[in-house]
Amino acid sequence: MDKFRMIFQFLQSNQESFMNGICGIMALASAQMYSAFDFNCPCLPSYNLAYGMGILFVPPLVLFLLGFVMNNNVSMLAEEWKRPTGMRQKDPAVLRYMFCSMAQRAMIAPAVWISVTLLDGKCFMCAFSTSVPVEKLGNGSYTGLSEKEMKRILARIPCKEIYSGQELVAREVAVRYLRCISQALGWSFVLLMTMLAFLVRALRPCFTQAAFLKSKYWSHYIDIERKLFDETCTEHAKSFAKVCIQQFFETMNKDMAMGHTHSPEKAPSEVGEEKEKLLGITDQGTMNRILKSWHKCKPPLYLHQEALQNGNGWAGENEHHNDISPPKREMVTYYSKV
Amino acid sequence: MDRFRMIFQYFQSNSESVMNGICGLLALASVKMYTSFDFNCPCLPKYNMVYGVGIMFLPPMALFLCGLILNRQSLVMLEEWKRPTGGRKKDLAIIRYMCFSIMQRAMIAPVVWIIVTLLDGKCFICAFSSSIDPEKFVGFANITPTQIQLLLSKVPCKDDELMKNHTARKAISRYLRCWSQALGWSILLFLIVVAFLARSLRPCFNQAAFLQTRYWSNYIDIEQKIFEETCCEHARDFAHKCILHFFESMQQEIKLRRFNAPREAEEGEAEEDHLRGITDQEQMNKLLKSWYYSKPPLDVSQFLWWGGGGNSRYKRV
Repeated sequence: MDKFRMIFQFLQSNQESFMNGICGIMALASAQMYSAFDFNCPCLPSYNLAYGMGILFVPPLVLFLLGFVMNNNVSMLAEEWKRPTGMRQKDPAVLRYMFCSMAQRAMIAPAVWISVTLLDGKCFMCAFSTSVPVEKLGNGSYTGLSEKEMKRILARIPCKEIYSGQELVAREVAVRYLRCISQALGWSFVLLMTMLAFLVRALRPCFTQAAFLKSKYWSHYIDIERKLFDETCTEHAKSFAKVCIQQFFETMNKDMAMGHTHSPEKAPSEVGEEKEKLLGITDQGTMNRILKSWHKCKPPLYLHQEALQNGNGWAGENEHHNDISPPKREMVTYYSKV
Repeated sequence: MDRFRMIFQYFQSNSESVMNGICGLLALASVKMYTSFDFNCPCLPKYNMVYGVGIMFLPPMALFLCGLILNRQSLVMLEEWKRPTGGRKKDLAIIRYMCFSIMQRAMIAPVVWIIVTLLDGKCFICAFSSSIDPEKFVGFANITPTQIQLLLSKVPCKDDELMKNHTARKAISRYLRCWSQALGWSILLFLIVVAFLARSLRPCFNQAAFLQTRYWSNYIDIEQKIFEETCCEHARDFAHKCILHFFESMQQEIKLRRFNAPREAEEGEAEEDHLRGITDQEQMNKLLKSWYYSKPPLDVSQFLWWGGGGNSRYKRV
């Protein structure tokens, strides 16, 4: 469990590590999806190629875009690109770095799908069964057929149970041939991808390494800064809400105390703490009124200054009334004792 | 167990994570539901289409409603929409943002169901087997149209005697399945492209207003939670005082009735005394009966003003 927790924390430590994790999961999901997908060649002359090519290329496109969608840095990239310059210059090198790193990660799952598809062979067989060289593989002297008829027979090669052209081309021969080409293509593709990755990784330090380190650092910085800003906003919203609610209770209490005969100063000091915990609400009618008022008339988003300076909130000399101050929607700057 | 607790804590860390977790669970549940559902095409001319289309669209609607129900934010949004303006103006942009985010999450499980259905193909074959053009396939010459319709509607059922050995059955199945899978992948591609464009182009439009809307919608959510917590804590203290008061008053009553040797209750003794002066079965029974038949009023104000917890100074209402 400890190991798992360590791995989990490591992956979470920054966005890049997290994306590496997601990337791995998507690659596995891609392989799993392929094996779960029920490949179903139509075995009709004009449909085979479209279906085969579709299955070969549409899911990788989906996976590639999904890799971008799941990456939080996409909106960060767009934000950084579109923001007004303000007091902070924009560095296109940082944007380029971010984009490259996202694209690299997003390419892994599609590459896995294409490799698995080619190595398995069904898709290639379905797409190119009508292009099998009959002269080479089969009985070339079987000339009694029109082009169209031959295509129709060849299109049924992937479908074992309906293949009727055994005299033309033996099915096993054609299947082996197509599969061999498919697997050769598959392995070449894998080799090409691995070589590209190796070259990119090995040769990169030869080109402007110093600038690269800078871009990497500032790109991480922007990511971390955005996260911290979101966290700070959440913390602020929590504190804001707490103080707002406290002030609401106080104001309601004061409004109601003005109509009652109890005077707060008669309370002995040792019940001060209990009184505070109960926020001054000590009977059913008062609580009902408070709950009704919370729904019908929420307090404005405006924190009174005295209450904030007194820290704990029981400011007796609160002079503002919540029905007079205008509701504000912007973030309020306030003085805090912290 | 530790692993689950950690994952659980991660998802609980903020309410967006909780929503994402629920959303993922619903999507998985949707796939599982589909695989365990026993699809059973009726293979009758008019019923096929209704059954097929029904299975394709009714469960997604149910999943969509589930997604809305399980999302806590829908209640928060409705409340914000319907509340009287009072001292705080309403911002429609916030309500729109919340609505949009709720809809997005609720749509994932239905979309997963529809796509899995299309990629599997059974539903599509069942619904559209009667609508294909019989001239494309061999074996349908010299048959009346009604008979053709009947035969076509039996295509999804492998074991039906009429169609079991028909030459075109498998061809038709394959043909329809191919279309179904193409449709499924196209829909998936379309949705992913839309999601990608939405995510990458959003910062280009009015980013500052978006940040404000996001902050305040988060604020409303947090405020609601904190208000509920405050009310809970208040209710706890209120109940505590109320019950203490009740025990005190019962204890006094019992003492007065019995004319026991007056036990001078020292200040502060009652705090540590969990028995609160009730020491035998009869007293306890009387107290419990009184608690049921005559609960104390919801008003601890006098108890607070007149008694700090000791039982010598109290005022029974």
